[in-house]
Amino acid sequence: MIEVALRHAYRDVAVEAAFRTPARVLALFGDSGAGKTTVLNAIAGLLTPSAGRIVLDGTVLFDHDAGICLPVARRQIGYVFQDGRLFPHLSVRANLLYGARARGRDGADFDRIVDLLDLGALLARMPAQLSGGERQRVAIGRALLSAPRILLLDEPLTGLHREARDQVLDHLVRLKLELGLAMLLVSHQPAEAIALADEVVLMQSGAVLDQLPIDRFAQRQLGR
Amino acid sequence: MLTPDEAAALALSLRVAAISVIVSLPFALALAWLLSRKRVPGRALIEALLFLPLTLPPVVTGYALLVLFGRNGAIGQWLAAAGIVFAFRWTGAVLAAAVMGFPLLVLSIRVAFDNLDRRLERAAETLGAGAWRRFFTIVLPLSSGGILAGCVLAFARAFGEFGATISFVSNIPGETRTLPIAIYELMSVPGGEAGVQRLTVVAFVVALAATLIAALLGGALWRRRADD
Repeated sequence: MIEVALRHAYRDVAVEAAFRTPARVLALFGDSGAGKTTVLNAIAGLLTPSAGRIVLDGTVLFDHDAGICLPVARRQIGYVFQDGRLFPHLSVRANLLYGARARGRDGADFDRIVDLLDLGALLARMPAQLSGGERQRVAIGRALLSAPRILLLDEPLTGLHREARDQVLDHLVRLKLELGLAMLLVSHQPAEAIALADEVVLMQSGAVLDQLPIDRFAQRQLGR
Repeated sequence: MLTPDEAAALALSLRVAAISVIVSLPFALALAWLLSRKRVPGRALIEALLFLPLTLPPVVTGYALLVLFGRNGAIGQWLAAAGIVFAFRWTGAVLAAAVMGFPLLVLSIRVAFDNLDRRLERAAETLGAGAWRRFFTIVLPLSSGGILAGCVLAFARAFGEFGATISFVSNIPGETRTLPIAIYELMSVPGGEAGVQRLTVVAFVVALAATLIAALLGGALWRRRADD
């Protein structure tokens, strides 16, 4: 269960968003500038909203009025950035194990995650030797191995060519089915949201327009 | 071939320069980090003080060190009570060399820190890495080119140190007579010219090697950034 109510103003852009959902996979959907990434960054703790409250599975991550703001490193969220952000000086294996080591875990899920994401042949490579799709799969694996309570995905397929996009999306669907992990996907592509999410929060110009189950979202997209 | 005295001066210079860099590196890293990442009150004053050794006449820096760290100096008398003496000792030559090389070291490291892609640190943060882990696993390795270049420049500066050293620790053979001081000494004695020429060649080779290494390290850094 994720519960978000926040207000954030940065320069002349204001975002005001409130939603709560028990859905395992939620998509934040909207055009660029809708405030989706701002919401994601607020959940991750990468920015501090000017007001509001964020609760994840009963844990208060942020509560402006109560003066609570958990540090990023302690929020136990996995963040997959649009540009992957693999550490260029570390091999794929070391990248994958980075979060597990930082959180003092032994990486027991390593083989399973490597298998699920088909990363076995890439482990010894350096990030510069990977294709865009491979890089994103490693970034997803790295986030997963830090044992997050939720995986935040910030347009993880943007910038990939069609084949790589389909491949990464297939892997995400596989993760959803096999791991049952909570995910929050930021996207402006209806097909991505429909393939992965259970519920969609529609955003526009910094505000929430609507929140609807995925089948209704799909119908609406078809009706366009 | 160098005479035993000349070889001793060269060995002392190399040792003093190397130790001065090793000792000042942790302080330089900390200060560069503060200047690069933190809002420090009085930043302009700190930066002005930092660059003072580059702008002051070295003799003045040496005299200031003597006033501060001499046996009866403001800090020196306390250190002397604890058995630590700088004045007229090779350790004093290390201190003088460290002070003179410090601005170059901090400047190089700070540029490396400033040029680092901070988004990588943010990514490490989301993976649960605290500040120290991020520093040692992301910041240091990715800034290593700039840090090494700074070390080489500071080493070269320390190797050539003359003014502050001679005014702080004088010219004691085997203790504080570094290579530049030995050259100065040989220039003032009859028949010393051959020795001056030998040591000049040595100084030339060391300085050229150092600047070449620094340039190569800096170049590698630029190429890596261009690849990103």
